[in-house]
Amino acid sequence: MREIEFDVVVKAVRDIIVHCGTDLPKDTYEALEEAMNNEASPVSKEVIRQILENANIAKNEKRPLCQDTGLAVFFVNVGDEVKIKGGLLRDAINKGTEQGYTDAYLRASTCEPFSRANLKDTLGYNLPAIIHFDIVAGDKIDIEYAAKGGGSENVSRARVFPPAAGKEGIMNYVKEVISDAGGNPCPPITVGVGIGGTFEKACISSKHALFRDIGSVHPNPEMAEMEAEMMTLINNLGIGAMGMGGTKTALAVHIESNPCHIASLPVSVNVQCHSSRHTHITI
Amino acid sequence: MANYTLTTPLSSEDTKKLKAGDTVLLNGTIFTARDAAHKRLTDLIAKGEELPFDLEGSIIYFVGPTPPKPGDPIGSAGPTTSYRMDSFSPTMLKNGSKGMIGKGKRNQAVKDACVEYDGIYFGATGGAGALLGKKITSAEVIAYPELGPEAVRKITVKDFPVTVINDTHGNDLYQMGRAEYEVKN
Repeated sequence: MREIEFDVVVKAVRDIIVHCGTDLPKDTYEALEEAMNNEASPVSKEVIRQILENANIAKNEKRPLCQDTGLAVFFVNVGDEVKIKGGLLRDAINKGTEQGYTDAYLRASTCEPFSRANLKDTLGYNLPAIIHFDIVAGDKIDIEYAAKGGGSENVSRARVFPPAAGKEGIMNYVKEVISDAGGNPCPPITVGVGIGGTFEKACISSKHALFRDIGSVHPNPEMAEMEAEMMTLINNLGIGAMGMGGTKTALAVHIESNPCHIASLPVSVNVQCHSSRHTHITI
Repeated sequence: MANYTLTTPLSSEDTKKLKAGDTVLLNGTIFTARDAAHKRLTDLIAKGEELPFDLEGSIIYFVGPTPPKPGDPIGSAGPTTSYRMDSFSPTMLKNGSKGMIGKGKRNQAVKDACVEYDGIYFGATGGAGALLGKKITSAEVIAYPELGPEAVRKITVKDFPVTVINDTHGNDLYQMGRAEYEVKN
């Protein structure tokens, strides 16, 4: 068994949150540069120029990229030969989240569902984090992190189709969700599509798909082709940057597909804004 | 599409000349309010009670900023999605407000109210919070401090960049822009 100190996890989580809050990842930045260079609309081109200028200011002056600094979402693969010394792994991730959001002057955005009371003074600053755990072989902890804003989450949708809907049904559904969303999720967006599994498995897969680096190619050629087809369908909608009209509505479409029940074809569409703040560390 | 520089409070003369797609640099005093604050403000209007600020000619910015770093007036401060304020905005415009800053589409009632009361819906670049926060030179919470990021703030802006989305003539930049670039299959 490998023992990892509780505080080591806290510090690692704190550090990635501080970094992601102000420093747009390289894959996102480069995809935006490419989008700006290829955008046909001068209005949308100017919007993307502002987005890149914003990223430069945020990085150089250590200011939050966006005032919506998101809920902290984690996918954590825990090696079966790891033991956390001095506390629970969940508590360490939450403590690191609170420290990171406080230290970097990020916003506390968690609230009680109906009273809308902010939870920073009761549960903790921007707590609880949303954590998806899995157990894997080995003696390491693998942590994927993304800051997930509300505007893009609000346009996300899931539906369980009958199997006969097939690929065409899914393509039309993704197009419909993004068309209805318009400029609300802050395009140019990343679109995560979870296919198969059960209802909740499709949703979690669509979230995890957003953690993949923009510009990476799906290892399954059939899925890679479907992603490219969806990109074309979405960019043909003409929504453009911030919905102002243009040719670059999506930076990427990422699919995660799972085996499913013989009676069902679940699909979930989760959207990430242009400020795709995500990273990955191994402890 | 034209470029303007305007100073608040705005008059009908200011707003009527603006067309969807125009870019504007805003200067002067602006008030921030989002979901919970709009509910409280419109409740006060319904009861005929005094508001924490004068609505006449005002611009309302839909924003919930991050906490300021030491020495700064405000943190990152980009627009939030506006449709959540759709049910409140016509009341604000009817009572003298002349503009809103946010992001994302509005419903027909808001667009109609812009026409009826000479109001403008401006779009600012969502996700450009660091850039837009730097255009704010002072900020003061003037109501509902218990709402935290959602409190009403009086802010001063210098050359704050916005684009006219909905004008006083019924035009909508989101519809116009999309129609221009949509590729029909």
